[in-house]
Amino acid sequence: MSDIAIKVEELGKLYRLGEIGTGTLSHDLNRWWARMRGKEDPFAKIGETNDRTTKGSSEYVWSLKDVNFEVKQGEVLGIIGRNGAGKSTLLKILSKVTAPTTGQIKIKGRIASLLEVGTGFHPELTGRENIFLNGAILGMTKSEIRAKFDEIVDFSGVERYIDTPVKRYSSGMYVRLAFAIAAFLEPEILIVDEVLAVGDAEFQKKCLGRMKDVSVNDGRTVLFVSHHLPSVRSLCETGLLLEKGGIKLFDSVGAVLEKYQNSDHSKHDGSRSVLPVQCPIYFTKWSLRRTGVTSLDNHSAYSKDLVTFELSVLCEHNLDKVEFGFILRDHDSNIIVGINSRDNDRDFISFAEGIHTVLFEMVLPIKPGKYEVDLAIAASGNIVDHWVSDTKLSLLNPYDTVLDDKWSGLVNVDFNFDAYA
Amino acid sequence: MQTVDVIKAPSSVVANEDEEWTEIIAPRTRLLDLGLRDVWRYRDLIMLFVRRDFISTYKQTILGPIWFFIQPLLTTLTFIIVFGRVAKLSTDGQPQVVFYLAGVTVWSYFAQTLTATSTVFIANAAIFGKVYFPRLTMPVSIVISNIVRFFIQFGLFLAVWLYYVVTDDSLRPNWLIALTPALLLLMGLMSLGLGMIFSSLTTKYRDLSMLLTFGVQLLMYATPVIYPLSSITDPTYRLLILANPMASVVETFRYAYLGSGSFHWAYLGYSVLFTVVILFIGTIIFNKVEKSFTDTV
Repeated sequence: MSDIAIKVEELGKLYRLGEIGTGTLSHDLNRWWARMRGKEDPFAKIGETNDRTTKGSSEYVWSLKDVNFEVKQGEVLGIIGRNGAGKSTLLKILSKVTAPTTGQIKIKGRIASLLEVGTGFHPELTGRENIFLNGAILGMTKSEIRAKFDEIVDFSGVERYIDTPVKRYSSGMYVRLAFAIAAFLEPEILIVDEVLAVGDAEFQKKCLGRMKDVSVNDGRTVLFVSHHLPSVRSLCETGLLLEKGGIKLFDSVGAVLEKYQNSDHSKHDGSRSVLPVQCPIYFTKWSLRRTGVTSLDNHSAYSKDLVTFELSVLCEHNLDKVEFGFILRDHDSNIIVGINSRDNDRDFISFAEGIHTVLFEMVLPIKPGKYEVDLAIAASGNIVDHWVSDTKLSLLNPYDTVLDDKWSGLVNVDFNFDAYA
Repeated sequence: MQTVDVIKAPSSVVANEDEEWTEIIAPRTRLLDLGLRDVWRYRDLIMLFVRRDFISTYKQTILGPIWFFIQPLLTTLTFIIVFGRVAKLSTDGQPQVVFYLAGVTVWSYFAQTLTATSTVFIANAAIFGKVYFPRLTMPVSIVISNIVRFFIQFGLFLAVWLYYVVTDDSLRPNWLIALTPALLLLMGLMSLGLGMIFSSLTTKYRDLSMLLTFGVQLLMYATPVIYPLSSITDPTYRLLILANPMASVVETFRYAYLGSGSFHWAYLGYSVLFTVVILFIGTIIFNKVEKSFTDTV
């Protein structure tokens, strides 16, 4: 026996766009007639790839096409992609909610999906009754649920309200209970979609921990779909990047996340593509000031080098009490650097009408990677311009390393190293 | 959006290579594969659905389960006034209360089961679209919870019936009472089959749900509920009434408990045959639709 838990072969799903109404019946009859004569589906071949931004000529669209991949037992696979890339369709087919149009999926083991927590909760029933009902919907038997009942209640933290109808629950309690039931399912394969977008921070942490527990300690296979990239990074080993209904990249989670983050930015010269209107003062461009000769472009530097950010500012009319905000964000949207032009005991500045250059000089002792540049101008205490540049700052590693990115931490500290015999 | 079946067969598979897989998700399954084993595995869920139906129906009502009795009693009362007193329709010489109550008890089981099963896909679209469990558990649980409801109402009927058996000698109950479970099963399967067909087709064409709601009401008049079959003397109309597979069921029930009306194995046989055919068609359609209805609903 091989250790493959899920094998997806030539998977495809064709959707018909537009309204269902008149015309449907005639299409159905056409298709039925073709099938009777053993011909190809007259509508299938005109299907187009799934790209929501361009207007297609066909009514039919392949939401997924020619998708092939394998998941090993005990592997945690993260599935990412833009809205409409086919993630949900893939999950729906995997969890048998809808059937594929072509191809097949071979599965080893029981599969359970959490496409949305709390499905099948009945508002009139109490928490206790809903645990049994929801557990059964997710495929547990009554005795399995009874055995886990106390753990579920404990994990959810709604013990006091367990005999109250769930319609009286706050939405947070509702979600807690729902996730708790799902967390104690025991299928060999678990499919999770976006459930972590709910609940408070503490509970989210608990959920992530539980999912890690499920995969690491119990050796179960998990497919995880989320837009929350930090959780994907921390949970998954491998990643699957979907784009327009096909597989863009199927690799380690680090490689996939990097590809995903770099795929969307078309402008790289640091200039602002859409300038604000009726704004007294605004940014037009950012770049790094170059003094010597370098092979780097104007938006890249080595970690721990002294760098000077050059911000071009256009001032429409004379302004007093101006200040600047400067923020760098990492790939998970955490703010790594956040400074204000007044931080070093500097006072507000006055600006005359015209083009100005603003400089921020700093050493960035942070790990190599891509950073989002987020700038703001305030005048007399009000923010008048806020610009998140499409161009990211690239911090490079001055030397090659065998260590994976994910071990490098946040801060690139100065340190000494010694070794003795 | 709506899904489309493509006539591209799944790539042919070698049998012995597939044995290690628990499950293969493919575009299409065999026509008659109802997945009854799967349904059996989810039997706890069926019972929980039944329980849910009962608890949720009468939560926040004052009278609670008493409504089970009020419904047939008020219907019977209305029938007595409208059809018995005003229209003076025949009841084959039987006490009106027993006559109408017998018809109402049997008919409401069929009508309620059919109406509820026929909306299975639309009413549960949200949950069906999110999680998989054998879709058949839903209509089956509806049939069962209506059986429970039937037994409660049947108990009411038995009480009234016993009163008249003791006080009135026009009732002539006979051995056909033994057929009661069979009649119940027949009605359950018939409404299940019809319900599966209607619920499957309404996912795409909503017109049918319009038809069904008042169709069931009208069908009652084509069933000997408020009149005995014997009062239909015109052979053409009689044939039309008998073409309704529920006619013989109601007639047999009344014949068994009251002794009036008619009973023929042939009529009942027709109903059985009808049920088998409907279940067969219903299974095929339900099977086809359950795999992709989330895209069309």
